[in-house]
Amino acid sequence: MTAEPHLAHRAAPASTERPVIEVRSLWKKFGDLPVLNDISLNVERGKTICVLGPSGSGKSTFLRCLNWLEKPDHGEIFLSGKRIGYREGSDIPMSAKEIAVTRARIGMVFQHFNLWPHLTVLGNIIAAPLHVQHRNRAEIVAEAEALLRKVGLFEKRDVYPAKLSGGQKQRVAIARALAMRPELLLFDEATSALDPELVGEVITVMEDLAKEGMTMVVVTHEMHFAREAADEILFLDRGFVVEHAPPAQFFDNPSSDRVKQFLQRFVR
Amino acid sequence: MLQEFSIVLDHKDRLLIGLGNTVWIATISTILSTVIGAALAMALMSRHVMLRRAVRVFIDAMRCVPFLLLAYIVYYGLPSLGVRFDNLSAGIASLSLYNAAYMGEILRGAWVSLPKEYAEAGEAYGFHGFKLFHRIIMPSLVLAAVPVLGNQVIQIVKDTAFLTIIAVPELTHEASAIQSMYYVPFGAFVAAIALYWLICRMVEFVVQYTEHLADLRR
Repeated sequence: MTAEPHLAHRAAPASTERPVIEVRSLWKKFGDLPVLNDISLNVERGKTICVLGPSGSGKSTFLRCLNWLEKPDHGEIFLSGKRIGYREGSDIPMSAKEIAVTRARIGMVFQHFNLWPHLTVLGNIIAAPLHVQHRNRAEIVAEAEALLRKVGLFEKRDVYPAKLSGGQKQRVAIARALAMRPELLLFDEATSALDPELVGEVITVMEDLAKEGMTMVVVTHEMHFAREAADEILFLDRGFVVEHAPPAQFFDNPSSDRVKQFLQRFVR
Repeated sequence: MLQEFSIVLDHKDRLLIGLGNTVWIATISTILSTVIGAALAMALMSRHVMLRRAVRVFIDAMRCVPFLLLAYIVYYGLPSLGVRFDNLSAGIASLSLYNAAYMGEILRGAWVSLPKEYAEAGEAYGFHGFKLFHRIIMPSLVLAAVPVLGNQVIQIVKDTAFLTIIAVPELTHEASAIQSMYYVPFGAFVAAIALYWLICRMVEFVVQYTEHLADLRR
């Protein structure tokens, strides 16, 4: 992988002391069912956080709160020091437009790719930079092509998503997220819908991003990725933080029995 | 009988003028009814209950009114309320409104069955409101609903024939004029039907081509 010019701005020293994402005491219920109970997390620039836990533990809901696809009941989320969902210094909810502007600063990769079927691979990648961020078209296309080379799919630029394999779709989806020049990248079980032999090609791209200093929050079941690429592990169970530790400690010396029990299933 | 056709052929200018008028009236009405229909679909999918109900009442009303009566009312009825159209505008207005109700219903149906992930990905990437509809939702709706939309366009083409009752010089009107002047009902109307068939073939061709484009994306 070559160093991409468009990644350069992320290497610049942070202009603020504040973490990229700051979550303070997040609570959320679906009806009567509590799904998030008092979740807090700080993600510093360039760090990768893996969110682990059994299904139904609230991982995806937590992730979807970070870009306001789900609205938490209580708690605060700050993106580079600016509160998400509410106007600065008030409890007035953001307008749809203000939320959209915030979301455009965060990239998201979905379990089922969610590429737009009416657009080509290139069209998918340039859509939001062009129509949401209103950046220069020639510049975006050049950047999109560089990203496609990075994920190894340049020759697919004019193909429609329907003609791609799952692994290829997900790599395009990652390129689409990167084209936004996001401050933060969210992965929602990005490899869970893939055939086992296609997982590796997506994980490789994710590992490269982690090494390059992308700030990422990754909901995953890939234990190997979590151990190798994460700076911290957040383990959720029934909406509670059960363990929050560096990967070495989490995998080799977890403090909770729940984590030990969970990890046993992944021991080879 | 052959003589009838040769009389019609002698007056093919009138028939072709009628054909031209039918084509452009149908084209404009298709565009307007699709645009209005898209707006109606947006309203039907809106979070605002009152807006949804109001649009629902409009659509149900349109679907219960015979088109002929709607054209009568717009052309002959509205002037007593002080709204006066010439016959062409009245024809296009009634065609567009009437078919917009159907277009709206077709697009709403396609929207309901559209996987919600596409819109959600759009929202996650900062699309919202009209831009989300225009860039992400509408193209998927058109690709999904193209055969049904094509049927509606053919319906519009055929409905233009009703406009003869408010003296719009479209194809049926011209054929009718030729037949009453020379008493050639068979020749004049068969010629008109052949021309309607030709228009519908062209619509079908466009539908098939769009279907082909949709297949590439499936």
